[in-house]
Amino acid sequence: MEIIRFEHVTKTYPLYHHFFSGLKNFIFNIPSAMKQLRSSGFTALKDLSFTIQEGESVAFIGRNGAGKSTLLGLIAGVLKPTSGTIRVSKRVSPLLELGGGFHPELSGLENIQLNGVLMGLSRKQVAAKIDEIVAFSELGEFIHEPIRSYSSGMNARLGFSVIAHLEPELLLIDEVLAVGDASFQKKCFAKIKEFKARGVSVVLVSHNSSDIEMVCNRVIWIENHKILMDGPTAEVLPHYIKAMT
Amino acid sequence: MTPAHLYDLIYELLKKELKVRYKRLVLGYLWSIASPLMYAGLYYLVFYKILKVSTENYPLFLVSSLFPWQWMTNTIMIAPSTYIGNASLIKKTLFPRYLIPVVVAIQDALHYLVSIPVIILFVYIFHGTFSWHWIFGIPALVVVQFTIASSLNLLFATLTVFFRDLERFLQIGIMFLFYMTPVLYSETKIPDNYQWLIIYHPIAPLIINWRTLFMNGTIRGDYLISSLAWGVLLLSLAQFAYRKLSWRFAEVL
Ligand SMILES: Nc1ncnc2c1ncn2[C@@H]1O[C@H](COP(=O)(O)OP(=O)(O)OP(=O)(O)O)[C@@H](O)[C@H]1O
Ligand SMILES: [Mg+2]
Repeated sequence: MEIIRFEHVTKTYPLYHHFFSGLKNFIFNIPSAMKQLRSSGFTALKDLSFTIQEGESVAFIGRNGAGKSTLLGLIAGVLKPTSGTIRVSKRVSPLLELGGGFHPELSGLENIQLNGVLMGLSRKQVAAKIDEIVAFSELGEFIHEPIRSYSSGMNARLGFSVIAHLEPELLLIDEVLAVGDASFQKKCFAKIKEFKARGVSVVLVSHNSSDIEMVCNRVIWIENHKILMDGPTAEVLPHYIKAMT
Repeated sequence: MTPAHLYDLIYELLKKELKVRYKRLVLGYLWSIASPLMYAGLYYLVFYKILKVSTENYPLFLVSSLFPWQWMTNTIMIAPSTYIGNASLIKKTLFPRYLIPVVVAIQDALHYLVSIPVIILFVYIFHGTFSWHWIFGIPALVVVQFTIASSLNLLFATLTVFFRDLERFLQIGIMFLFYMTPVLYSETKIPDNYQWLIIYHPIAPLIINWRTLFMNGTIRGDYLISSLAWGVLLLSLAQFAYRKLSWRFAEVL
């Protein structure tokens, strides 16, 4: 069964200088601001089509700024495509990105409660899992400290721990594994393996080829806003590594 | 989304909002009472003692209009940070984005509700009118004011995502509105040939109704309808802006 389908998806980011330079500038420059709004902006992804089947685990690779995070945002539904259609038939985990979906002023514990509910669980369900999540994160006393005091690795730990316990049907991971230390990475990979065994699909963005080899059986290489290569990991990855060095 | 989950969402978001804004629940409560009281004291000093305005029962007059006014401005002034302050959540998770402004408005409404006993204390001390009309009047005014306040929050929160300098315009606007609304002075002081304008004012009918409710135990039906109409108008406007723009939040924040 197919779980993700992209049909001729294009994502364009408008250029917002006129907006960000403020209302005052916008009002004084209405004609040029309007023209800018209608002009094409920056195209991050152009006419992308692909499908992902149930049980497949896919890695997106490509250079910085290729559009990988944009792709995950589109799958998660946080971003909307400029044109084309996207169908995702599974309950998607929230985007697991560096910086996490956390509120900097709240403690780790409070963020777990809030995030769980934002992801669609009831407060009761979150409460039932919270001890397990805290234990998995190994954050100890820091769980009571505000997130803004966390290191990026601690942030990633919390993020992964929350998502790992929410029973997602599709896991979206954007580079967070890279900042965890070796022991936590090992734990994450064990968890991912467990998910895969249960039939959960994983979509991963990573610059680390050994991570990709470990998790994914398929690799999609994005270059110049398009798919340059798409195939089994053993086939695509060597080409990519060669092109990068 | 089920009603049970909606409740959980609002509960958690409200808890977060209170935590982020006031750190401790008690501080938020004290602040929501202390702040309008401090202003009331200041205006009493300046306008009654120094400028010698001749409004009757000025302490009660000030308190009964400043408390609802503070509620209104608190909800409007926080609008620019409503979405921007929650950028990390919006960029990563999918949930109805309009809930944040709603929750912010609920928070300020709750703070107003818990400060009503203080107003009632003033009614008692300064001989306002305890009236059966309160039973209908207070909930009606709360609902109408909540609609106006939450709509304005949603509208300005949405627009500030795109126009970051809106906050400064908002500050000037509120200042302007404050002196254009009979908060410090009685509407009877407005010259006769401008009296008809009051009913078209977005906030004045509401503030006047709050004050007359606490001072005289009466409410003006035409003013209530005017406020209600503003509520419906602003809600439609805010919803329109939200529908057009909210899908871009994650890419702009
Ligand atoms: N919110 C945004 N507004 C405007 N342009 C954006 C926005 N997000 C991304 N872009 C642009 O789109 C392109 C793709 O960005 P994206 O973050 O998807 O790249 P990436 O493949 O994840 O890169 P990296 O490997 O560095 O994480 C970049 O050129 C970036 O400048
Ligand atoms: Mg990226």
